[in-house]
Amino acid sequence: MLTDVTFWVLAVLAIAAGVMVFRFDSMARATYALLTSLLCVGGEVLLLGLDYLGVVIVLMMTIEMAIMAVFMVMYMMNPAGLMPMTMVHNAKGAAAICLVVFAALATGILLAPWPERRGKPPADPTKALGMSLMGPQMLTMMTLGMALFATIVGTVVLATRRGRYDRFGDDLGGDHVVGPGGGAGR
Amino acid sequence: MSLELFLLLAAALFCIGLFGALTQQSIVMLMMGLELMLGGLIVGAAAVWHFIAPAAADGQVLIVIAVTVMAVEMAVGFAVITALFRAREVDITDMAAELRE
Amino acid sequence: MAEPAPLWTALVLPVALAGAAVVTAGLDAALSASAERGRTASARDFLVRVAGPLREGLRLLVQQRRRTKAADTVLGRLGVVLVPIAAVLAGVVLPLGFTAVSDLDVGVVWFNAMEALAWTAVWLTGWGPNSALSLIGGYRFLAQGLAYELPHMLAITTAALGAESLRVGDVVSAQQELWFVVRMPAAFGVYLLSAMAMSFWGPFDQPTGQDIAGGAATELSSADRLVFLGGRWLLLVVTAGFSVPLFLGGGHGPLLPGWSWTLIKTAAVLGVLVGCRRLMPTVRMDRYMKLAWVVLVPLVLLQALIVAVFVLNR
Repeated sequence: MLTDVTFWVLAVLAIAAGVMVFRFDSMARATYALLTSLLCVGGEVLLLGLDYLGVVIVLMMTIEMAIMAVFMVMYMMNPAGLMPMTMVHNAKGAAAICLVVFAALATGILLAPWPERRGKPPADPTKALGMSLMGPQMLTMMTLGMALFATIVGTVVLATRRGRYDRFGDDLGGDHVVGPGGGAGR
Repeated sequence: MSLELFLLLAAALFCIGLFGALTQQSIVMLMMGLELMLGGLIVGAAAVWHFIAPAAADGQVLIVIAVTVMAVEMAVGFAVITALFRAREVDITDMAAELRE
Repeated sequence: MAEPAPLWTALVLPVALAGAAVVTAGLDAALSASAERGRTASARDFLVRVAGPLREGLRLLVQQRRRTKAADTVLGRLGVVLVPIAAVLAGVVLPLGFTAVSDLDVGVVWFNAMEALAWTAVWLTGWGPNSALSLIGGYRFLAQGLAYELPHMLAITTAALGAESLRVGDVVSAQQELWFVVRMPAAFGVYLLSAMAMSFWGPFDQPTGQDIAGGAATELSSADRLVFLGGRWLLLVVTAGFSVPLFLGGGHGPLLPGWSWTLIKTAAVLGVLVGCRRLMPTVRMDRYMKLAWVVLVPLVLLQALIVAVFVLNR
C-alpha cells in the first residue's frame, strides 16, 4: 500500500517536473525542475530495492544539475526568464513524433508477454553489483573507466582556450610560465 | 506496482525528453532533454531488474552505464558548446547548422 | 553492532543537532568577544557572551523582511530551507554511541548525497534575490565545492574501504581495536579540511565573505537569514560529528558508555575546527582548488591504496 502511494507520488512528480523543464522561462527553474524529476527517478530506483544505485543517482544528479545551472545561465540570453521568449523549432512535428513513439512504446509494454520473475534479489544487491563489475562484467567496467578518462582529456582540450605554447611560450622546455591564467606552476 | 506501470513511467519520461531534444534550439536545453531520456532508461532498467531477473546483476550494470553516459554526455556537451561559443559565438543548434555554409 | 532506534529519535535529532550548533556558535562567539574586548570579568559576563548567537537569532526572528526587485522567491527560499534540511537528513546516519536514527545499508553514500544537496542549496540561495553580490557568493561556493568534493569523497571512501562496508555501524565496529585515524591519517586530515569547506566556514568562508558584503547571505533578512546561517552551523556540527564514526572509533572507548564518548569526541573535533578558524587565514577557492586537485587527490588515492593493500592482507 505504502509503496504504491510512493510510486504514484514519485511518478506524477517526475513527469510533471519533466514537463515543466521545457515550460519554465527561467533557466535556473528549468534546471532545478530537471533535478526534481531525476531525484524522483532516484526515488523510484530506491523503491525497487536498489539502495546503492538510488542514492548514487541522487548524489550524481545533484552535482550534475548544480554544474548544469552554471552553463545554463552562461549560455542563455535570458537566464532569469524576465523577458519570456520561445526558443523552439518544429514543435508540432516533434509533438507528433513523441506521441507516436509513446503510443508505440505503450502498446509494446502492454501487449508484450513479459517473462515470469526468475530468482530472488540477492540479500545485498550492492555487493552483487560490485562482484559483478569486478568479475564477469570487468570488461564493462574497464570500458567505462576508459570512456571517462577520454572524456576528461577531451573536454579539457575542447574547452580550454590556451594551448601549451600559450603557457610556456616558444620554449616548451622552459620551466616558467609566460602566458596569462592559472594552473599549476603559476 | 507492476512492471507495466514502471515501464509506462519510463516511456513517458523518455518521450518528454525526446520532445525537448527535438524542439529546443538552445544546445543546453537540448541536453536537458537527453538527460530526461536517460532518466527514463534508468527507471526501465531498474524495473526490469526487479520484476524479471533480480538474481542477475545485469540490470544494475545497465544503470551504472546509463549514469556514466549521463555524466559523459554532459561533460562533452558543455565542452563542445564552450568551444563553439569561443570560436563563433554560437549557442543555438540552428546557427551551428548554418556554419556549414 | 548498531541497534535500530525507535521512531521518536527522528524528532529528537533536529533538536539535538540545533542544541549542539547553538552551543558551538556560542563558544565561538565568546572566543571572538574575548579577542575583541578582553577577557571576561565574571561567569555571568561569559554566559552573556555565549548567549550572543541566541540573542542574534531572536532579533532576526522579529526583523522586518527585506525584498529585492524581480527576485526568484521560490528558488531562493528553497535554497535557504534546504541547507538545514540537508544537514539534518545527513545527520540521520550519525550514531550516538552505537545507535543511529537509521543505520542505512549505504549510510556513507547517503551522507555524501545529502552534503551535495546542501552544496546546490547555497547556489540557489545566491541566485534567489537577483543581486550580483549574492550570486557571486553562490558561484564561489560551486567552485569551492568542485575543489573539496573530490578529495572529500575519496577520504570517506577510504574509511568505508577500511571497514569493507558502506554501513556506518560496520565502520564503527571495524574500529574496535584501532581507530581509523591511526591507519589513515591523511584521509582524516582531508576530511577535516573539507568539513570546514563544506560548511563554508572558517578559512573557507569566501562564499559568504566580507569582501562581497556577506556573499550568498547578503540579501537575506529576518527568518531567512536565521535559517540559512543556522543551517550552516548545523552543517558544521553534522560534518564534524560524522568524522567520529568514520575515523575516531565512534562510541568505542574505555570506562564511559558509548554515547558519552561520541559526545566527547564530537566536541573535541569541533574544538579543533574552531581553533583552525582562529589560526588560519581565509583561503581563496581557486588556490584551494589547485591544492585539492594537485596535492590532496593523489595523497588520498595513495592512502586508499595503502588501506586496500592492508585490507587484502588481513
